[in-house]
Amino acid sequence: MGEHSDIENTEKEKKQKDPVIELENIVYSYNNGPVVFDGLSFSAGKEDKIGLVGHNGSGKSTLLNVISGLVKPESGTIRIFGQEMTKEADFQQARKKLGYLFQNADDQLFSPTVLEDVAFGPLNMGYSAEESRQMSIRALEDLGLAGFEDRITHKLSGGEKKLVSLATVLVMKPVALLLDEPTTGLDRATFARIIEILNSIRVSCIIVSHEFDFLEKTTSKIFSMDKGKIRYSGESEHLHTHFHTHPMGETPHSHNF
Amino acid sequence: MILEPFAFENSIIHRLDPRLRLVFAVVFSIATALTQSFAPLYPALGISIILVAMARLDSLALIKRIAVVNVFVLFLWVVLPFTYEGDAVFIIGPLAATEQGLMLCGLITLKSNAILLVFISMVATMPVAVMGHAMGRLKVPPKIILLLLLTYRYIFVIEQEYQRLLRAARVRGFAPKTSMHTYRTYAYLVGMLFVRASERAKNVDNAMVCRGFSGEFHSLTEFAFKPVDSVAAVLMVLALVIIEGARWASILI
Repeated sequence: MGEHSDIENTEKEKKQKDPVIELENIVYSYNNGPVVFDGLSFSAGKEDKIGLVGHNGSGKSTLLNVISGLVKPESGTIRIFGQEMTKEADFQQARKKLGYLFQNADDQLFSPTVLEDVAFGPLNMGYSAEESRQMSIRALEDLGLAGFEDRITHKLSGGEKKLVSLATVLVMKPVALLLDEPTTGLDRATFARIIEILNSIRVSCIIVSHEFDFLEKTTSKIFSMDKGKIRYSGESEHLHTHFHTHPMGETPHSHNF
Repeated sequence: MILEPFAFENSIIHRLDPRLRLVFAVVFSIATALTQSFAPLYPALGISIILVAMARLDSLALIKRIAVVNVFVLFLWVVLPFTYEGDAVFIIGPLAATEQGLMLCGLITLKSNAILLVFISMVATMPVAVMGHAMGRLKVPPKIILLLLLTYRYIFVIEQEYQRLLRAARVRGFAPKTSMHTYRTYAYLVGMLFVRASERAKNVDNAMVCRGFSGEFHSLTEFAFKPVDSVAAVLMVLALVIIEGARWASILI
């Protein structure tokens, strides 16, 4: 991507270019249990492609839930599209521009037929039945799923379910995408398809994944979660040369250069 | 796996407006169920048989479904005649079968089969999703429809989870017997299924909320009442008139 104009850049240099998602000093623990976030701060800019790695239980999915308001932190500030989120109504507005792809496609697809499931979002956004139908057909076509409209969702294969889930999210024209382990259990063809799709859309992405192969192809920056904090761990293209050959292996860690 | 063996055929019945089919099936069932005499049940059963024939359904699947209901009916024939008060017709050992009991069994058999066949031909011939939307157009409360559609959607997932749990038990040598251990294992399985179902419900709710769900359920389906539906509606009313006519005739005579 090219450089932004100089005038704009100097103004926003400190705040990063157009932050889409900003978290400040987030503190959160499971009901009186272990601390998940201990003063976590994080920000994602416009069209940033961010990979998020970390141990199981380090709070990667919880972070996505905090961003989309499904989980309320004990303290800290959440700003989405520059707007501070204080109550559920703020999140309701923000969610229309945040696409959240859940790890399990069966959680995402609840309508009997594919078309109805894809149209669910647009209908909720207030589009008419006809507009929603057109948008959904278009979204399915864009993902190479033309002709899937009347298929029964629970009878789809795992890969098809994942792609349809992605269509249900993309049809709402999100500004930012949150993807929770988008490749678990996928066949190679769908795996490649998802990479292709993610690289063709111009939205911010936060991708939680264990698959370095996948992150390397879809993201530009890697952040890792550790001990309730999140830290920048370098560029995605160094994932293999760095993470794989490093003595710490897949364990997230940082270098204080 | 729960299948919809009749929903995806293509007959004249399948092409009728789902709302019309739903209304007819319900009204027909009420009329048939309220009958106290045999006279109206013959035309009712005849009409239901004609409708099933018109729907051109897979005969094997049809026989299976009719058999399931008639197994229950068979139990009634075994029990009811001997327990119902009335005049004895014949005696087996200490048990006496009563005329009134036998009549009641006959009534129940005819009624249940007529209603079953009408529901198979009219309602089982539409996918559950379409039925939900037809109910919506007929002003059934949205919560009930949402419950129906979500149950239909997730019953498969819950069944898969049950199979998974059962497999996990089997690979560790579980073989069902008549024992406390077996009962306890099944109780654990069912309990675990509830836990998983409620977790699943939470996840689904989250996913719906993320796509802007706020309690109101919108639908894409549009129904069109065609000329053929008008003709069918007239015939349906006629059928109901015949059944009701026979009922009143039997009461008045």
